[in-house]
Amino acid sequence: MDMKGPITLTDAAADRVKAMLAKRGKPSAGIRIGVRSKGCSGMQYTLEYADEKSQFDEVVEQKGVTVLIDPKAAMFVFGTEMDWVEEQMKSGFVFRNPNEKGRCGCGESFHI
Amino acid sequence: MSDDGLVMLQLHEPGETPAPHDSERGAAVGIDLGTTNSVVALSFEGSVEVLRSADGRGLIPSVVHYRDDGGVEVGAKAREAILETPDHVVSSIKRLMGRGIEDVKALAGTLPYAVEPNPDGGMVRLRVAGRVLTPVEISADILRAIKARAEEALLGKMVSRAVVTVPAYFDDAARTATKDAARLAGLEVLRLVNEPTAAALAYGLDNAVEGLYAVYDLGGGTFDISVLKMEKGVFQVKATGGDAVLGGDDIDHAIAEHFLADRKAAVGEHPISAGEVKQALMTARVAKECLTGRTEGEWMIEVDGRPSRHSLTREQLEFLAAPFVERTIAICREVVEDAGIDVADIRGVVLVGGSTRMPLVRARVADFFGRPPLADINPDEVVAVGAALQAEALTAGSDTLLLDVTPLSLGIETMGGIVEKVIPRNTPIPVAMAQEFTTYQDGQSAMSIHVVQGEREMVDQNRSLARFVLRGIPPMTAGAARIRVSFQVDADGLLTVAATEMTTGIEQQVAVKPSYGLNDDEMADMLRDSLVHARDDMQQRLLTESVVEARRSLLAVQSALGVDGDLLSADERQAIDAAIEQVKAACAGSDRDAVTASVESLETATKSFAEKRMDRGIRQALAGMSVDRLDGALGGGE
Ligand SMILES: Nc1ncnc2c1ncn2[C@@H]1O[C@H](COP(=O)(O)OP(=O)(O)O)[C@@H](O)[C@H]1O
Ligand SMILES: [Mg+2]
Repeated sequence: MDMKGPITLTDAAADRVKAMLAKRGKPSAGIRIGVRSKGCSGMQYTLEYADEKSQFDEVVEQKGVTVLIDPKAAMFVFGTEMDWVEEQMKSGFVFRNPNEKGRCGCGESFHI
Repeated sequence: MSDDGLVMLQLHEPGETPAPHDSERGAAVGIDLGTTNSVVALSFEGSVEVLRSADGRGLIPSVVHYRDDGGVEVGAKAREAILETPDHVVSSIKRLMGRGIEDVKALAGTLPYAVEPNPDGGMVRLRVAGRVLTPVEISADILRAIKARAEEALLGKMVSRAVVTVPAYFDDAARTATKDAARLAGLEVLRLVNEPTAAALAYGLDNAVEGLYAVYDLGGGTFDISVLKMEKGVFQVKATGGDAVLGGDDIDHAIAEHFLADRKAAVGEHPISAGEVKQALMTARVAKECLTGRTEGEWMIEVDGRPSRHSLTREQLEFLAAPFVERTIAICREVVEDAGIDVADIRGVVLVGGSTRMPLVRARVADFFGRPPLADINPDEVVAVGAALQAEALTAGSDTLLLDVTPLSLGIETMGGIVEKVIPRNTPIPVAMAQEFTTYQDGQSAMSIHVVQGEREMVDQNRSLARFVLRGIPPMTAGAARIRVSFQVDADGLLTVAATEMTTGIEQQVAVKPSYGLNDDEMADMLRDSLVHARDDMQQRLLTESVVEARRSLLAVQSALGVDGDLLSADERQAIDAAIEQVKAACAGSDRDAVTASVESLETATKSFAEKRMDRGIRQALAGMSVDRLDGALGGGE
């Protein structure tokens, strides 16, 4: 790991983000991690392309990728590792969250 | 989810991350959990699809068959099982939701199964096929089948949340029971919505001109009329009325009796068997439904190898159905008058329930309300359609979020029996409101909280919902304690009241169940009231029954005259015609004895005619048979 930030990216995650940014065909400032409170027991992460950096974003540069963290998300994602997982039927980014204590049955929400 | 249970996220364009659970938790559907039939529908971007079985049927009969091998069958198959093992089959369970044994006594005789009191009090229980089941468990079995139907129709997509509809008159206990049943079936109830409100929503009346709308619901076994007031997209139930034992089934009975009388004339006088009654009822229902689209038809009843043909015209059907339809119109008139509404102020009428397909019903409703009713959406699916729209609005977000309001003010009793309102009537729900109260005696350590509902100023003029006591208030001078009483009404209209002493934080709370919260005096009042009405209702019912009976005889005589009129002399014919006129006149009035007497004289006038017909019938039957069939018919008796 080249730099210890609020979050860490695995190689797989960094490669995937780079590939997707390239495929987007549109200049991007990076990707943004946010949260919103919609799930059944609390919060849900959002992961979106970022067109520009906003003033309050936490910026993480890692493995050639720029990750912007929404201030509301910062306290949730702090210390997590972002990974890219491929399984037989599906693939996606996951956050391994050592802070996570409970998860609702449906898996999309988490408590701190 | 990934194999180790982590959520997999996809990268989205800014602002386009889909709402949580859309993908994983599956669909949110609308469910009409009906007395006779249930329907499930799904809305996607405002367009609604009724979820059908593989063979295209949208209605799921609300019937459960508990098999001896432990299996449970719901729907059309269960309904068929009624013929074979009636004591293993439960239908119309909705009538018992949230009902205690006292409530059910009034329904005695109308229920096809044995109910027994619950030893712990509360809801009754049923003994079916050696099991003891609560109405909640039985409804849960229906809901499980509905969920499975929906998941199948959606090609395996999971269905875990639903808006479920309930009659507007359902009380707290019945609403709670419905929610519990859904939970047991693995469905999260997003909201309970009143059936008439759902129907109005299906027609987009929340976006219509503000004002009054009527919802006329004639199903299989129940009739409900509701008047809704729509204001700024919010529906308020202004008035409701109905008859819990009036519906399409009554019409089926009247037709079946007519068929059985014809059958006696055709195959000869004989005691009617249970099998014939069931066949006749099924044929009657088919004939009735056919005559909605056609003006006449012929059906066959064949039991014990004895076939009989039965023709019926729409005119004859309407003649038999008229007394029931007139009763619904009379109830509409009462409800509208009691609510002090001018029929001309009603801006639209929505038809709900399979029986409103009948042209006669449509015509009479149009007549009474002075406008053609809204009927473009299938009347037996319209409630589920509205529920589905609401389910989408609640999950995907929408401007047309349906709001309900508190029908009456909620408050607590204060000194001197005066009511302090905490939540005024017509407040959109869900809502939470609180007020602070204090002690009135030095050192007072407990405070009694009496929750009431109504608009009147004095407690005894309102409805008492619940009482509880907040104890452990620390000794203080009068007026120093601060007791915060908060009322919370959730989206389903269920009320929770909590009292907190603010300095110590001690708290006491109750979930209010009005049906069990009445004190003895009120109970007595309500019983007296219902007895007074029960007598009227019973009179009305007896009259309706004798008119139906009379019309049935009349039809039988008229059709016999059509076929065998040539058997009569001019004098005999004249006597019969006079008796017919007498019956017709009596049916138009409201004197039950006159109706019965006229039918008796019609029977006397036609006695010899019936005998002549019987002779001719037997001659013809024998003439038409070959020798071996004759042998079989005489010797077999199978
Ligand atoms: N085409 C039709 N013509 C007349 N009656 C019909 C027709 N279709 C259904 N019905 C009647 O509608 C009734 C069932 O109505 P439904 O709304 O499904 O019941 P519920 O609300 O009691 O569950 C039955 O009596 C059935 O015979
Ligand atoms: Mg219905």
